[in-house]
Amino acid sequence: MSTGAQIAARAVDGAGLARRDHRGRGASAAFNGLMYGAVTISVLALGVLLYDVVKDGAGAVDAQFFQNQPSKVRPETAGAQSAILGTVYLMLITAAIVIPLGVATALYLEEYADRTRWWNRLIELNIQNLAAVPSVVYGILGLAFFVRAPLSLGSVLLAGGMTLALLVLPVVIIVAREAIRAVPSSIREGSLALGATQWQTIAKQVLPASVPGVATGVILALSRAIGETAPLLLIGAAASPRFNPDGLDSAFTALPVQILTWSTDADQESFLPLAAAAILVLMGVLLLMNSVAIWLRHRYEQQW
Amino acid sequence: MPSTSSPVEPPVPLSAVAGGLRSPSSEPSAAAREAVFALRDLAVAYGGKTAVEGVSMDLFKNDITAYIGPSGCGKSTVLRCLNRMNDLIPGATVSGEVLFHGVDLYDRAVDPVNVRKRIGMVFQKPNPFPKSIYDNVAFGPRVLGAPKADVDRIVEESLRKAALWDDVKDRLKDNAFGMSGGQQQRLCIARAIATNPDVILMDEPCSALDPISTGKIEELMLELKESYSIVIVTHNMQQAARVSDRTAFFIVDLAAGESQRIGRLVELNPTEKVFTNPDDPRTEAYVTGKFG
Repeated sequence: MSTGAQIAARAVDGAGLARRDHRGRGASAAFNGLMYGAVTISVLALGVLLYDVVKDGAGAVDAQFFQNQPSKVRPETAGAQSAILGTVYLMLITAAIVIPLGVATALYLEEYADRTRWWNRLIELNIQNLAAVPSVVYGILGLAFFVRAPLSLGSVLLAGGMTLALLVLPVVIIVAREAIRAVPSSIREGSLALGATQWQTIAKQVLPASVPGVATGVILALSRAIGETAPLLLIGAAASPRFNPDGLDSAFTALPVQILTWSTDADQESFLPLAAAAILVLMGVLLLMNSVAIWLRHRYEQQW
Repeated sequence: MPSTSSPVEPPVPLSAVAGGLRSPSSEPSAAAREAVFALRDLAVAYGGKTAVEGVSMDLFKNDITAYIGPSGCGKSTVLRCLNRMNDLIPGATVSGEVLFHGVDLYDRAVDPVNVRKRIGMVFQKPNPFPKSIYDNVAFGPRVLGAPKADVDRIVEESLRKAALWDDVKDRLKDNAFGMSGGQQQRLCIARAIATNPDVILMDEPCSALDPISTGKIEELMLELKESYSIVIVTHNMQQAARVSDRTAFFIVDLAAGESQRIGRLVELNPTEKVFTNPDDPRTEAYVTGKFG
């Protein structure tokens, strides 16, 4: 066809635009339906769990819950103070160990390691694998090396904190690496071109710029650690202690362990509201931590 | 050193570019001029593959030297050798001599960190730090260990020299990212001069900027020339003609085969000569637009 004929043959009015193409619509509709169905199932599952827990436990979350000590025999006066404090202290110890170790490792891997050397590749592979190891294995590790010889700490807070720190360390390293890598090389080049050493560039430019990403990652890692039960059981967290932990070398418990104790060991059904209350408190703390992480990430998001 | 011209016949226009030439400075004999840089047979290879070879040239004090040439001819590579920024590229090897005031920068005893304190660089895309305007300019002096009392003064002087002080003096604590592209690039120039270097290297500083900002930066370069020596890589021949005193023309040499692209220096002459009466026919072909 000549160009003129082509132009003439092309429709120049609005005819044909209103006609709907029915061929793809069936598949589209089916896909949409599946998608919304999946979302509904997930939300529903969470909703049912929440409803169940709130129904059982809302009544038990009161001042007494925070002030009294747990008990295996008297539900009317039992509280969860030692568990709550134990969880708080554990998180503090875990954070104190995992932040310097995780950030330093991430810095080494991103800024100093020569990626062509086989040992650096081995380290990276190792970290990826460790992030997927089941938590109970970390519990066995903690029991074998921290609670018993060679460190022989006993079933104390420090051992629990160290074990949880090892558990979340791979995650913190991975997240910190992402945050450091996100700092563009143009910033590093600009700093080096001014006569700064590599360490000055890292300390004054790269690390400050990666703080929001690292902080978000640490909070998310801690929110995983806070709910871990298996490692703490293996370390030997006490069941229903009637005293608050008073030092790094003190026996301890944590909310997840207490929830387990109240749900399974206790003789009477009347402990179940307490367990549900503990679940509510734990979920409340988790929600708070994740909200802070999301707010941090949003507020300090750097548009490079 | 005299910087203005004696009366000069209008250059025979070889191309439209020549219409924009500055009146050339009277050219004292080469022996009277102080060479800031002397490159002798410089060659750079990335991962064993030669990128640039056989580059020898002298760069003089208070000159603006422009590097021009088609893409891939090694202009930026040679520029980055002058302040040892090629060290940052894994697999890059440099051979030959880069003499800075007579000292070979690639000698084993020379610390690249010290080299970069004396030779500043401005990059193609403005790269201010994600900090305040003040902290951006103050970073260099602080890293050098300047006492706190001096930092304020240095920041103000550098911003004045970069023609940015009036724009930002009321908002020094604002984040540098809030400025326009042209202002950010002038901030990068202020940041580079804050360390009081001898030489400022500029790698296509205006290619990411609009014409008005480009004009301001070119004006700035001509002012800065009084105190610093400048080397500028540019894709824009007219820019080279407008601002530079001497121009170096590079090409891509395909003699060894299409896959072996080696950059070579063809000619280094006063700008006026390069654009009106170059020594080499390849230079003439390039500046008249026969290839690019």
